[in-house]
Amino acid sequence: MIAHVYIELKKGVADPEGENTKKALQLLGFDGVRDVRTIKVFRIELDELDEDQGKRKVEEMCEKLLANPVIHNYRIEIG
Amino acid sequence: MRWIQLGEMDCRGIWGDDMEREDIRVAVVRIEGTNCERETALAFKRLEVFAEEVHLKQFYSDMIRDEDKRSLHDYHAVVFPGGFSAGDYIRAGAIFSARVRSVLRKDLKKFIGEGWPVLGICNGFQVLVELGALPAFDGISEKPEMALGINDSSRFECRPTFLKVENQKILFTRNLGKNVVMFPSAHAEGKVIFPSGREEEYIERLKENNQIVFRYVDRNGDYAGYPWNPNGSIYNIAGICNPEGNVLGLMPHPERAFHPVSHPEWTRNQQKDGDGKGFFEGIVSYLEKKV
Repeated sequence: MIAHVYIELKKGVADPEGENTKKALQLLGFDGVRDVRTIKVFRIELDELDEDQGKRKVEEMCEKLLANPVIHNYRIEIG
Repeated sequence: MRWIQLGEMDCRGIWGDDMEREDIRVAVVRIEGTNCERETALAFKRLEVFAEEVHLKQFYSDMIRDEDKRSLHDYHAVVFPGGFSAGDYIRAGAIFSARVRSVLRKDLKKFIGEGWPVLGICNGFQVLVELGALPAFDGISEKPEMALGINDSSRFECRPTFLKVENQKILFTRNLGKNVVMFPSAHAEGKVIFPSGREEEYIERLKENNQIVFRYVDRNGDYAGYPWNPNGSIYNIAGICNPEGNVLGLMPHPERAFHPVSHPEWTRNQQKDGDGKGFFEGIVSYLEKKV
C-alpha cells in the first residue's frame, strides 16, 4: 500500500517560501501568478493491506512526526 | 579562589558548602548534523566545569562500549546545541526531538522535574519546542504548543542580534548583569508562531508566568522589526523558558559571544567579557549551589 501525505501550512500562517517563489516567477515574466503555496509530500510504502488501518497508521505518523499541529494541516491519499 | 593549594587535602569549604566546579557535569547532546556542540561544551569547560559532547546513542544503544554508556542522570545540566540535526529534514529539530522522545522522554521529564537546567540553543530550541518541553504551560505537552517557522525573509539570517533581557531572575540570566546583550543569530527557521487566533492569549500567559526571557531589540534597546528582529517572531520573542525557569530555549547563540573579541565592536566597547560568559556563569553558579 502506498500513502501520499500532503503537509501544508494552515490558512493564516505566512508562507515565505511560497511568497518568494511567487516574486521570482513574476520577475521571470510569468504573468497572472496569483498565489504560490509550498506543500510537502511524503510517499510512504506500507506493508499494511487494510486501507483503513493503513490510513490510521499514517495519521499517527502525521501527529507524531510529519506535521506540527500549530502550523500544519495534513491530507492523506491512499493508492 | 579556583585553585586548591598544594597540600590542601580537604577540598570542602572552598566553595562554602557547595560543590566544586569540576564536579559539575554537563552533557551537550549531539546527533548527526548538530554542529555547535564543541563550542558549547568549551563555554562550560572555560568555566572549569566538566562538559562533554554525548551522542544520543550513548544513552540507549546496546552497540556502545561500556565505558561510553551514559545516563541522563550522570549529569547536572543538559544542552541541545545548534546545528542542522538530521539535515533539518521534515522540520528543523523534528527528527532529533522524535528520537529524544522515543528513548529519553521519561528520563528528561524527571530531570526537568528535579529542577536541573535544560538549555536549547538555536536548533536545540527547535528540538525543545517539538518535544513539547517549551512553553510547557502545564508540564511537557504531548504535542508541540508552538512552532519555529521559516523566517519572514525566507533566508538564512546570520548576524549579531541585540536582546533585551525580560526576565533577569532565572538561573540563565541572573549573572548577565545587563539589560541588553549581544548574542549572534544564525538560522533560517526561528520565527516564533503560536496557534492562529490565540496569539494574544499565549503572549498573556507567557507574560503572566514570566516565561518571556529574551526579545529582539535594536542597538538602542528599543523593540524593532526587521532586520533587528531577524525572523519576524511574534512580539519580538527570541527566547522563552518553562514556568519553573529551568528549561530555556533561544534562537541566538550565547556560546558565540563568550569572548569579548566575539563582539563586532570589541575594539570600541572595551568589554572585559563577552555577554555569553555571564549566561553560562549563571548556569554554573546555580549548579554550585544546587549540587
